[in-house]
Amino acid sequence: MSTREVPTRGLLYLRRRQIIRGILATTAFGITSKLVGCSSSPEGSSAGGGDEKPLVIGFLYVGAKDDFGFNQAHAEGAAAIAKLPGVKIVEQANVPETTEAQEAMRNMIEQDGATVLFPTSFGYFDPHILKIAEEFPEVQFFHYGALYQEGKHPKNIGSYFADVDEGQYVAGRVAAATSKKGKLGFVAAKPITPVLRNLNSFMLGALSVKPDIKMQVIFTGDWSLPVKEAEATNSLADQGVDVVSMHVDSPKVVIETAEKRGIFSSGFHTVQSSLAPKGYLTGAAWDFPSIYTQYVEKFKAGQTVIDDSIPHLIRGGMKEKFVKLAPYGAAVSAETQKDADDTQAKLIDGSLYVYKGEIKDNTGKTEIPAGQNLKVTDPALDKMDWLASGVIGNVGG
Amino acid sequence: MESVRRRSSGWSIHWGKTLESICLPVAALLFSLLLFGIFCAAVGSNPFEVYGSIYKAAFGSWRSFQNTLIRASPLMLTALCTALPARLGLVIIGNEGALVVGGIGAIAAGLALNSAPSLVVQLSMAIAGLVCGGLWIGAVGALRHYRGVNETISSLLMNYIAIALLNHLVNGPMKDPASLNKPSSYPILDTNMLGVLPGTRIHYGLIYGLVACVIAYILIQRTTFGFAARTAGGNLRAARVAGLPVGKLTMAICFLAGSCAGLAGMVEVAAVHGRANESLNAGYGYSGILVAFIARYNPLAAIVVATLLGGILASGGILQRVHNLPDATVLLFQGVVFLVVMYSESLYGRFEIFKEQSAKIKTERPPAVPV
Amino acid sequence: MAAETIGWWGVPLAIAAGTMRGGTPFLFVSLGECLTEKSGKINLGLEGTLLTGAMSAYAISYLTGSPWLGVITAGVAGMALGLLHAWLTQQPRVNDVAVGIAMIIFGSGVAFFLGKPFIQPSAPQLPTLNLGTWSSIPSVQEVLKISPLFLLGVALAPLMTWFFKSTRWGLLIRAVGDSPDAARAIGISIPKVRMLAIIAGSFLAGIGGASLSLYYPGIWSERISSGQGLMAVALVIFARWQPMQCLYASLLFGGAQALGPALQSVGMTQGYYLFNAAPYILTLAIMILTCSPNRTIFGAPGALGTDS
Repeated sequence: MSTREVPTRGLLYLRRRQIIRGILATTAFGITSKLVGCSSSPEGSSAGGGDEKPLVIGFLYVGAKDDFGFNQAHAEGAAAIAKLPGVKIVEQANVPETTEAQEAMRNMIEQDGATVLFPTSFGYFDPHILKIAEEFPEVQFFHYGALYQEGKHPKNIGSYFADVDEGQYVAGRVAAATSKKGKLGFVAAKPITPVLRNLNSFMLGALSVKPDIKMQVIFTGDWSLPVKEAEATNSLADQGVDVVSMHVDSPKVVIETAEKRGIFSSGFHTVQSSLAPKGYLTGAAWDFPSIYTQYVEKFKAGQTVIDDSIPHLIRGGMKEKFVKLAPYGAAVSAETQKDADDTQAKLIDGSLYVYKGEIKDNTGKTEIPAGQNLKVTDPALDKMDWLASGVIGNVGG
Repeated sequence: MESVRRRSSGWSIHWGKTLESICLPVAALLFSLLLFGIFCAAVGSNPFEVYGSIYKAAFGSWRSFQNTLIRASPLMLTALCTALPARLGLVIIGNEGALVVGGIGAIAAGLALNSAPSLVVQLSMAIAGLVCGGLWIGAVGALRHYRGVNETISSLLMNYIAIALLNHLVNGPMKDPASLNKPSSYPILDTNMLGVLPGTRIHYGLIYGLVACVIAYILIQRTTFGFAARTAGGNLRAARVAGLPVGKLTMAICFLAGSCAGLAGMVEVAAVHGRANESLNAGYGYSGILVAFIARYNPLAAIVVATLLGGILASGGILQRVHNLPDATVLLFQGVVFLVVMYSESLYGRFEIFKEQSAKIKTERPPAVPV
Repeated sequence: MAAETIGWWGVPLAIAAGTMRGGTPFLFVSLGECLTEKSGKINLGLEGTLLTGAMSAYAISYLTGSPWLGVITAGVAGMALGLLHAWLTQQPRVNDVAVGIAMIIFGSGVAFFLGKPFIQPSAPQLPTLNLGTWSSIPSVQEVLKISPLFLLGVALAPLMTWFFKSTRWGLLIRAVGDSPDAARAIGISIPKVRMLAIIAGSFLAGIGGASLSLYYPGIWSERISSGQGLMAVALVIFARWQPMQCLYASLLFGGAQALGPALQSVGMTQGYYLFNAAPYILTLAIMILTCSPNRTIFGAPGALGTDS
């Protein structure tokens, strides 16, 4: 309403703007704005698909898209497909899991013409995606997390999930082989299934090298609490832990604190080798550029989730190139590197299982009976609520 | 001659003041848009295109205006949590906590009565939200009155305690084992959810907000209760001397204030999420504080200010998607608007144009807040 | 190595370390707020100042390679926000709590907007004084790696007590905060004194931000403060406007932050959400116990929260 009056003062305004621009260009402010310019991904600029209407794909992130963690991993994937011809991406960061998520999706569809949406945060699914998907049956929604249920949810929703367990298993083997004290540590946000799978597979990998190894877990209570994460890492170091891994939104604090304490760290989400040149071992990382490129190829081939030509649930591990292992750090011996490469190859060709019975939890109860081998994509694992044997901790809030 | 005529007419006195209270905020808004435009230009975006986008996203069409209204509705309710006690001279910023506690109460009631008729369930949820939020802020009022505890600080602390309580409950005692990835309480039945207004996508929370604001306005401005509260807020000692029950007034007002925010929590549970989880703590409480201050504690003005803030929030997305501005831009924009509008408060009575006889009557000072 | 046997000793050790590491930002912000409130104004906006300080310190340290330059910049950035707050809150009919909340939004907006490019790079950190070289236990050595900023803050507390008690300027500030009318009568410029007190307080809060991003936890991210600035405001009341008590309270709050993780690391795994709320519950409990309905809190500046 108030904007209507602005053009009348345009002339005056333009001159002021130029003057201020001039002033600002010489200050630090100008430097930062340039930096802002550099860091932003080239989204939208590469319509390149000739006269064809570009495929508009919308991404929603729950936090900042440069958090060195979960959101950034997705944003890197989005940036990768933005470079493909005929694809235009629209992005919105810091979208809370409230009605705001619904409005953001609606705007992307109505205002930007998006026909495919990737709302990345887990909490967007119920009720926000379900509601908007019902309202826009011609738009495809792909949600990160294996939540789609046939018959219960609208047909235009697809789920995809990268099962990071294999990566963590290998990372756990590397950690156990490198650890001198036989005590690992894990800084986790919340005792929820994806986090538990992550830390259990890390532990299972470690146990496969050293059956009597222990791992102390600390739950901070939220996805991003830098001070608590640092305190947790320090507490672990005080308790004699010498390799620490994590599942929090941004692993930077844990890895840098571990480096300061002179202990090893194993990363997560993206590749963080640069943060800890001495102590970084390796880490499981999502390969979203690969995942999203695979999706775009399907779209280009005319496939949609609506007519079931794209499966409603796509999940993958290392074999499907959904998950990758970060390059080994300097502290990993050649022998361990070779072992890790071999393990990775066995996981990919299917001769090795992360979840190979019998697996007991840390109270001695059998969770996966002997003789039962579960693939990482097995839905049974999505109900995990236990900690593997040797883990010191408790999932109860 | 003209001035003589003005002076003689009671209507024009009113007119001058009203005009002032419209022109100043509008001018402040325009000025903050100007400042924000300069900022946009400095980081390389065309400010006029940005203005156009903000307008388009917030008020440009009925569809986008619905977005604004959806965002505004919880703010109307949480604003009352600060606005009502302010008339009594109390600065309460416990809106977020009261909202969260109201949400917890509502979900507890909703789950306890899951199989009852939906009207009964919704009513009980609303009452539970009202009572829980009311007791939460009522406790702040009681601490203020009986123990002299500073209500600003205690209500701030109670926010953190409420959020910790919510996290504890949804991760422990109230946790639905099926909500493995996002710890939540059990959901209420779909049939018990509050619906949307016919022909729109706006949930009934908006009606609750509007009605609550109107009732609050009548209560404060048109009843003896409200008069007593305003008197006590103006001068506590005089009110005590005059025999006003200051303690009861404090607690009653605080209870009402908290129950408004609690109702906002109930709406979040019953109209948006269907369950209680950490999404209840989405910052509506803190935004509500600002709405109350900008509205100068007037419940009717709070409706307008909440709508305006809803519009600003609604435009956050388009700034990112179309102009490639970082997500923090809308935060910055909000900050600039609020600071400029607050500054404009001090300009009342400074301009000759608006000066009528009214200017000679001392304008109402905001109530003093003893610590 | 003795580290394995540390066990339950890790808890007091972590708390001791937490007091010094996590307490430093609390210390600076609360001392700054103490100075501000002594002059009769509240500055809730220090949360925004803390974030802006953290961001600018990290950015400058990264761009110039000098963390100390970053610390200075953080202070100066804090002063700029303080100037805005001081100017706004001294306008007639402007409520300082309201401006404070708007300043939180504005300050965090500035910090997040300009801070985007600095989330990822690693900036040079402030050096620490290693006082624990005598011990063979690495955990003890770690606890005794003390930041010069912490020592600076510790030194500042008695200095500020002395300042309020024995200097002309300290007396002026207290006079303005306790009885503005009397101060006005003897010819003190209230706006000028308050302006300076708020700006100086914001300078300290900015430094507090620098200690977050350049000392502990030593990163810049948008969640770095998570409410510590607001908490420090409550802490000043907890400390009854006494700089020395601000010091003790900051140490206590810093230690409380470490309590939750430390207890989990030795096997106490229940109810950590409630543990995390411990500092808030504690403050509230102490306020309830120490306040009295018949008088304002002992030591409270008389003009605080009024619009005089």
